[in-house]
Amino acid sequence: MSRRGFAGGGGAAAARPAAFIPGGHARVGRGAGRKDMSSDRVGGGFRGSAERGVLIGQENELRALLSSGLAGSATDYRLFLERLGPHLRAYFKGKLARSGRAAPEAEDLVQETLMAVHTRRHTYDVGQPVTPWLYAIARYKLIDHLRRTRASLADVPVEDAGELVAHDDHAAVESTLDVERLLGQLPGKMRQAIRAMKVEGLSVAEAAARSGMSESAIKVSVHRGLKALAAMAGGKGE
Amino acid sequence: MKTDELIGLLGASFASEPAKSPGMLRRIALGAAIGAAGALCLALLALGVRPDLGEGKSLTFLLAKLAFALAVGGLALRYLGRIARPGGERRVHLGIAALPFAAVMVLAALSLANAPAAHWGTMLTGHMWLECLISIPVIAVVPFATLMWVVRKFGAPTDLVRAGALVGLASGGVSAMGYAIHCMDDTVPFIALWYGGTIALCTLAGALLGPRLLRW
Repeated sequence: MSRRGFAGGGGAAAARPAAFIPGGHARVGRGAGRKDMSSDRVGGGFRGSAERGVLIGQENELRALLSSGLAGSATDYRLFLERLGPHLRAYFKGKLARSGRAAPEAEDLVQETLMAVHTRRHTYDVGQPVTPWLYAIARYKLIDHLRRTRASLADVPVEDAGELVAHDDHAAVESTLDVERLLGQLPGKMRQAIRAMKVEGLSVAEAAARSGMSESAIKVSVHRGLKALAAMAGGKGE
Repeated sequence: MKTDELIGLLGASFASEPAKSPGMLRRIALGAAIGAAGALCLALLALGVRPDLGEGKSLTFLLAKLAFALAVGGLALRYLGRIARPGGERRVHLGIAALPFAAVMVLAALSLANAPAAHWGTMLTGHMWLECLISIPVIAVVPFATLMWVVRKFGAPTDLVRAGALVGLASGGVSAMGYAIHCMDDTVPFIALWYGGTIALCTLAGALLGPRLLRW
């Protein structure tokens, strides 16, 4: 695995422009995503010229932002971190889903890697491509994380592990911020009920006891609130 | 904490710290120089300069030993400068780092082939093989410590075993330079066996300790 780079390919990557998925991943089919990173040329060896164009574009963009950031531009540096976030998230999610891990772990890894990139930014050699550098850090943090949490994984029953993989929680984690924003637009009672039950995970009885509403009122609020949220998230409420 | 908040924090901390651009190789070279100075002091204080310097071929052999050790240490430091960066292991060729060993072994084989078989034993073991076996790894502790510290502090290796091995290789080479000033065994097979062997031992120690010492 060590010589594989960020190779986006297939439909999964096309739907998400942030293609940070290494070759050999289950979702990357057609063999187009396989890329030997032992050469420093990013993009060489790809069959689809469109994919190559996207990857080279990403490399050039990240490289330009980081170089300008390291030269002293705080705005470009921040933009670099912001652009990097989705790449890392896609990468870790793909990797963790394969080993049956939950999405919040991916977010932890994204943050850990962003911090590592920040504190070790001086190890980037400006003359070299930025993608292999980033990939090496992400991979190192992933292996470190898997090694550290191996003991706790052993405690998880196999049936539960199957459940984790079966869940497609991709949208759930990525849009945490948006949910908070959307929740803010709901009437108070609905917001309270949804936050208690869907975000904090309380039962109907607990939510009712805390808010002082009846259980049926909670249920109705959640139902209506979710409907309103779905409408807003679908763009109808904007 | 939300990832966006973290990015905001990192961006803010970036703005408050001035950007620094140190050359990795320069820092490693500085660490090696400090380690070499320490190793030299240790060798001079504990062992001293060989008393027969200037007689016969002693100077030639001293230079040959220094050249071998310098080649080993120099190549190791060059690759250490690469492997200290994330992903740098792609640009490290351990086969090239082993070239000085291959060269000295070929020379040793030639020198043995040209000598009568009865001399082979003394050519290989010399007079002070035990002293060499102990001294090089002990002296190597000093550059090993400085180089590990530099890589730990300024680097971010992602292949800890190889990074540790290169630290061991470099410190073995530096240490051999210190010991060469004292060493009075002047045969090529001795250099190949005892210098090469002890430096390989340092490399192995580095490979074993790397994952523990270099984690970040």
